[in-house]
Amino acid sequence: MKSKLNLNQSLINKARTSAKNIANNVQSFIDEHTTVTVERAILRLFGVDGTDEIGTPLPNIVIDNLKKAGGLSTGIVYFMANAVLDTGLTPQEIAENIASGEIDITKISLKPESEIIAKGGEMAKEAIKKIKTNREKRDEYLKTIGEGPKPYIYVIVATGNIYEDIIQAQAAGRQGADVIAVIRTTGQSLLDYVPYGPTTEGFGGTYATQENFKLMRKALDEVGEEVGRYIRLCNYCSGLCMPEIAAMGALERLDVMLNDALYGILFRDINMQRTFVDQFFSRTINGFAGVIINTGEDNYLTTADAVEEAHTVLASQFMNEQFALKAGIPEKQMGIGHAFEMDPNIENGFLMELAQAQMAREIFPKAPLKYMPPTKFMTGNIFKGHLQDALFNIISIWTNQGIQLLGMMTEAIHTPFMADRALAIENAKYIFNNMRNIGDEVEFKENGMIQKRATEVLEKAAEMLLEIEEEGLFSIIEQGKFGGVKRSRTGGKGLDGVVKKDEKYQNPFILLMLNNGGRR
Amino acid sequence: MDTSLSFKDKDGNIVTFDPERVRPYGDTMNDGKVQLSFTLPIKADETAKEAAKLYAMKMGIDEPSVVYMGEMSVGFSFFVVFGSCSHSVDITNIKVTKVESTTMSMEETDKFIKENIGRQLVIIGASTGTDAHTVGIDAIMNMKGYAGHFGLERYEMIDAYNLGSQVTNEEFIKKAVELNADALLVSQTVTQKNVHIQNMTNLIELLEAEGLRDRFIVCCGGPRISHELAKELGYDAGFGTGSYADDVASYIAEEIVRRNR
Repeated sequence: MKSKLNLNQSLINKARTSAKNIANNVQSFIDEHTTVTVERAILRLFGVDGTDEIGTPLPNIVIDNLKKAGGLSTGIVYFMANAVLDTGLTPQEIAENIASGEIDITKISLKPESEIIAKGGEMAKEAIKKIKTNREKRDEYLKTIGEGPKPYIYVIVATGNIYEDIIQAQAAGRQGADVIAVIRTTGQSLLDYVPYGPTTEGFGGTYATQENFKLMRKALDEVGEEVGRYIRLCNYCSGLCMPEIAAMGALERLDVMLNDALYGILFRDINMQRTFVDQFFSRTINGFAGVIINTGEDNYLTTADAVEEAHTVLASQFMNEQFALKAGIPEKQMGIGHAFEMDPNIENGFLMELAQAQMAREIFPKAPLKYMPPTKFMTGNIFKGHLQDALFNIISIWTNQGIQLLGMMTEAIHTPFMADRALAIENAKYIFNNMRNIGDEVEFKENGMIQKRATEVLEKAAEMLLEIEEEGLFSIIEQGKFGGVKRSRTGGKGLDGVVKKDEKYQNPFILLMLNNGGRR
Repeated sequence: MDTSLSFKDKDGNIVTFDPERVRPYGDTMNDGKVQLSFTLPIKADETAKEAAKLYAMKMGIDEPSVVYMGEMSVGFSFFVVFGSCSHSVDITNIKVTKVESTTMSMEETDKFIKENIGRQLVIIGASTGTDAHTVGIDAIMNMKGYAGHFGLERYEMIDAYNLGSQVTNEEFIKKAVELNADALLVSQTVTQKNVHIQNMTNLIELLEAEGLRDRFIVCCGGPRISHELAKELGYDAGFGTGSYADDVASYIAEEIVRRNR
C-alpha cells in the first residue's frame, strides 16, 4: 500500500523499537510472576468447571486452597499433575474432592519431578486439542459459508438476559452484523471469579459465563448457516479474570475478545502488576485459539481530549502491538483500537479524524483495526447522532478499517433497541457499499492539513514512547499520562493475587501455545 | 410562542394559540402532527401494517399514516408513522421543581466564594455503585470540563476530588469525611432496571444512619436525573442533561451561604 500521508518511515521504526523495549522490560516482570487467575485458567483448560453447593466456582476453591497451603508459587500444574499420577482421577474429580475436603493437593506424596513434568505436559497437550478443534471448525465455516466483507459490522447486545440477548443477536445477524458482542454486566470486571451457568439478570449487560458463551455460539452458528455468512462472537477478557475468560472463549469458540491490561488499569482501577501478568497468558490463549483481540485505546478519548491526546492513542497502539507479538498473536488477529471522538463542533474535525484513521491503517497495515463510534458527544438528538455515525462510517470505509463498532443513534440514552441496531446497520451498509473504493481513488494533498496532522501526531507519539522507554511503563502510568488517569503500582484491585514463581513452577501451556500453534 | 398569537388559516378562520390546549406543531398551528417509530414482534406484512395503524390510533393519533415498514428479523417489523395527535396539554398549571440558584460564570463563582465564604470549598464526586461510566462526572469535575464550560478542578476557590467510577457508597462517605467535604456529587450515567435509584437511595440511607446527612450538600446528576427526582430521593439538588460545572458550582456556593445565614 502506497502511503497517502507521506509518513516518516524511520520515525515509525524508531517508535516501534521504543515500544518493543518497553514491552521487553514489562515482560521480564511478567515472566517471573503468576497470579490466581492464571492458575485458575490452567484448571479450566484442564476441564475443571462447576461450583460447590454455595456457588463458589471449583477453580477458585482449588486455587484458594493452594494459596493457603503456600503452593501458589509452585503453580497448580505441578500439584495437579502429581495428584493425577497419585490418584488416577481426572482434574475435575480431584477438584471436587478438594471442595469436599477429602484431598489436600499439597499433602500428596510427591512423585519424581521428571514424572510430574512429563504428566503436566501430557495433560496440557490433551487440553489444547479441543481448542485446535474449535479453530478448525471456524476455518471450516469460513471456507464453506464465508464471511462478510471488511470492515466487519460489529454490534452489541446488552439485555442482561442471555435468552433475550439471543433473540437480539439473531436478529442482528439477519440484519447484516458480522460480529456480535455480548456486553457484560457492569461490575463483572471487578469480580475475582467467573460466574457459572446461564444467567438472566444483569445491569447494562449479561454475565460472561461459559454456559452463556456456549448458548450464544450455538445461536449464531444457526443464523450464520441460515444467512450464509459466519457470524463472529465477541466478549471481554479485561478485568480481574483475563486468562480465565480467554480460556472459556477458546473452549467455546469465541472469535473476538477485548483484551487490554492498560484499559483495566486506567478505567477499572485494576492493579498494574496483576493485570500485565494476566494479560500475557490471556493473550497467549487468544492467539492460539485464533481469536482477534481488541485493544481499548478508544477509551482514553472518553476521558481525555481526542485532538490534544491523539498521540497517546498511537503510543498505546504501538505498545499493544508489541505485547501482542510477545504472546504469539499474529498481526491479522490484532484488532488495535481507536475511536471517532472529536468534538463535532471543531472546524475540519472530520479531516483530523480521517488523518488519525489513515495513520493507524498505514502504521499497522495488516491489523484488523477496531474503530469505535462517537459516544462522548452524542447528545440525545438522535437525528444528529445518526449523522455523526454516518461520518464515522465514511471514514471507516475510506481508510479500510477492520472492525466497525457501529454507533447507535440512541447512544447515551439506552442500551440498543432492536430497531436502533437495524437502522445503524442500514446506515453502515449503505455507506460501505456506496463508497466502497473511495480510498483507492482519492489521495491527499501533499503537505496539506491531513498529512500535517498525521505527522504531528506520529512525532508526538514517538516522543512519548521514548519517554516511556526511559522511565518505564509503570512509572508513566503513575504519572497519569494515559487518559489523564493516575494509578499507583501497588494500588488498585487484585495485587494480593500475584506471587513470584519458584524454581519448580511450570506452565506447559505457554510454550505449547506459542510454539505448537500450527500458525497459518 | 407569543401567547397572543392569532391569525387566519387558509379557510379564513381565526386560529389562536391557546395555552390551555397546546398541541404539537408540524407546519400549521394546532395541527397536532407527530412522528413515531417503533417495532412490533410480528411478521412484516399487511396485517402488521394494519396493527401499527391501530396501535397509533390507540395512542390518540388520528388518521395515522404508516409511511415505512421494514422487516427487522424473522417475526419483527419496524414502522415509521406520522399523524395528528388529538390530545392537548394545559401549560398554565404546570409546576416544575428547579434548582434554586442563578448560574454564575467561573470567575463570578470564585469571587462569590471569596467574598461570602472566604475559603476553598471541598467538593468530591464519583460515579457510584456499579456504574463504570465517568463521562458525566468528568464533564463536571475535570479541568477541561465540557462544551466550553470549565470543570470544578479549574476553579480557584474549589478543591475538587474526582474519585472516578464504581466507587461504593461506603467508600464515598469515608472519603467525604476524611476530606471534610462541603458537597458530594453523585453521577449515574448508565442504568438498567432502575438500579441507579436503589444505589442513590442507599447513599442517603447510609448518610442518615451515620448521622452525616446534614453535614454535606448532596447532589446528583446524569441523563436520567431531574431535580424533582433528586428531591424525592432525599438529595439537595439534581442536575440533568444540559447542566455544566457552572450550574453545579453556583448552586453549591449559594447554598452554603444560604445555610450559614
